[in-house]
Amino acid sequence: MFEGFLRNRRVQTGLAIFGFFVFVAVFGDLLLKLVGFGPLDVDYDALHTPPGHGGHLLGTTISGQDVLAQLISGARGSMAVGTLSALLAIGLGALIGVSSGFFGGIYDTIMNGITNVFMTMPSFALTLIAAGYISAAGGPGSNAMGWALMAFLIGIFEWPGMARYLRAQTLTLRGRDWAMATKLLGESRWRMVFSEVFPHLLGIVSATFLRAIMAGILAEAGLNFLGVSTGGVISWGTMITNAQTQGALTLGWWWWFITPGLAIAFIGTAAALVNFGLDEVTNPKLRTGNTRAVNKFNKAQRKAAAVAD
Amino acid sequence: MSEERLTSQPTRRLGAGPREIVTEVPLTTAGAARPLGRLAAMGHGRSRYFLRRIGAYLVVAWAAVTLNFIIPRFMPGDPAQAVLRRIQYTTGQEPTQSQIEAVRRIYGDPQKNIIGQYFDYWKGVVQFDFGVSTTSYPTPVADLILQALPWTLFLVGSTTIIAWLIGTALGAIMGWKPGNAFDSIFAPLTTFFHAFPGFWLGLVMLWIFAIKLKWFPVSGGYDPSVPYSLGNFWFVMSVLFYGALPMFALVFIGFNGWLFSMRNVMVATGTEDYVLLARAKGLPETRVLFGYAARNALLPNVTGLAMAIGGVIGGTVLIEAVFTYPGMGYLLQSSIANHDFPTMQTVLLMLTAAAIVANFIADSIYVLLDPRVADTN
Repeated sequence: MFEGFLRNRRVQTGLAIFGFFVFVAVFGDLLLKLVGFGPLDVDYDALHTPPGHGGHLLGTTISGQDVLAQLISGARGSMAVGTLSALLAIGLGALIGVSSGFFGGIYDTIMNGITNVFMTMPSFALTLIAAGYISAAGGPGSNAMGWALMAFLIGIFEWPGMARYLRAQTLTLRGRDWAMATKLLGESRWRMVFSEVFPHLLGIVSATFLRAIMAGILAEAGLNFLGVSTGGVISWGTMITNAQTQGALTLGWWWWFITPGLAIAFIGTAAALVNFGLDEVTNPKLRTGNTRAVNKFNKAQRKAAAVAD
Repeated sequence: MSEERLTSQPTRRLGAGPREIVTEVPLTTAGAARPLGRLAAMGHGRSRYFLRRIGAYLVVAWAAVTLNFIIPRFMPGDPAQAVLRRIQYTTGQEPTQSQIEAVRRIYGDPQKNIIGQYFDYWKGVVQFDFGVSTTSYPTPVADLILQALPWTLFLVGSTTIIAWLIGTALGAIMGWKPGNAFDSIFAPLTTFFHAFPGFWLGLVMLWIFAIKLKWFPVSGGYDPSVPYSLGNFWFVMSVLFYGALPMFALVFIGFNGWLFSMRNVMVATGTEDYVLLARAKGLPETRVLFGYAARNALLPNVTGLAMAIGGVIGGTVLIEAVFTYPGMGYLLQSSIANHDFPTMQTVLLMLTAAAIVANFIADSIYVLLDPRVADTN
């Protein structure tokens, strides 16, 4: 299944886009040397200049900081929060979802109930409230928190979707013939979970991982916009928020807030493409490529019939 | 036994298994076998289903209130002390003994037994007493909430329905002939649109339509120069005019998701035998599309409606903050900026309550559309 997944064209495109952003996030320091400006360097000769002027490819902010340099180091900040929160959400989701799907019974009923409760509650508002309390604990006027803490807060309220999805997948796995066969062979339950069920779920988990990273990036950006800022780190979210609070909208400095949003949109597209690929692999009916081949075949057949007449 | 056959039949056909299995199943389906008994059982199953759902949502409501009780008590620092400090800061006076007691009831008192606190807290919730706002002291939080709630309900309700209708209809058309020109252009395009951060899209729209083109107002929910009353025609018009941009943004964010789930189910439904039969009967194409295929493909989108409400509320909070719309989202944003814990807390409670009610409505629609749910549950 995993091989077919990697051969899918949509998955390849998605992974390529995602890989590009990972590259930017990891080798950001080298790229910044190429750009020639640091993300916080102030260029007094080029305050809020449009793209292309004074050697600033994507323009500058109100205080003359290079937008491209900020985008590059923002990739690291956003991806770091996204990845850490995704690891936490997937870990919790897998633990709860797989175990309740596998063991069933009263344990499953309780766990499924808890999942449903958290699923119904608006998770973004929950994260926001908890973040509001924690950031306010620093004293009046402080509204910043470290990026790791923020990722933690995002992750612990994001798991229910993952748990639900993985529970459903585990249930279908448990019903398969090979699962029954291993059970009849007298394998222990733990061995079955870790060496039989989990490897089968790996493809699905890795695809949902991308979606979880995307959700984390979006949540971080949203939290920043609502006034809970990521302290000490430049992220795409802080860029958009700074642009908005420092009047980029009213003064029309579009390059400052359009670019980070587009960067988020590209990562989101990559995640969506990979997920489509996953859908197509697990549900063969969705493969539109086949339809195209069928249409081609039908056309050729019709042509042949016309020639024969 | 017959129930089992009914549900297992389509899955067998979906799978790669040999075709003979289908012919082995007798042609009499469960529904046809005992039509009268089924009808009688349906009404009974439905009411039991509703009772069970109500029970489940009561549990969720209880959990939400309890979580609201727990969060401030487990947070670093002493939120109750912070609230008292804020009150003193706004009024310039030392808080009185009764005020201190009221604040302690909601935000925790280290000297009091936690179980007693929990019951006191519930008493407050039942009486709709959530304390007073510390920023706009001494306005009760309940008043602030009642002012903001209608705006959010209007925004969420109208845009969710519009987005769902547009997305489902377009998705049905897209999935009807997967791989054709319409599908192959719009599928990647909407994927890209769907990935936009909602609040960023709102900002871009605000910049283009309100600031550059000046077609729409920049902020607010109504024209302040018009008398504030629902009976006034011009007031209603101003509400629609001021709400146009946030509504458009929310519909745009929302419809892409519905479009995809509908498209994918539609692709699978289009190959079903009953669709083929409808076509073979020579029915017009649109009738087969909407009357046969889309009608059945609709169900997952209805369940999706219930599950999406939480996300929709999160999106609305952000969009309200972008457009300074006088709803719950904006209230939440300003209360977080001002460390106004009582308001923050209550907004969360109300948003959860709204999510529960919306979920219940979506669940009810679902069971009306698909009576099998009530049976199998």
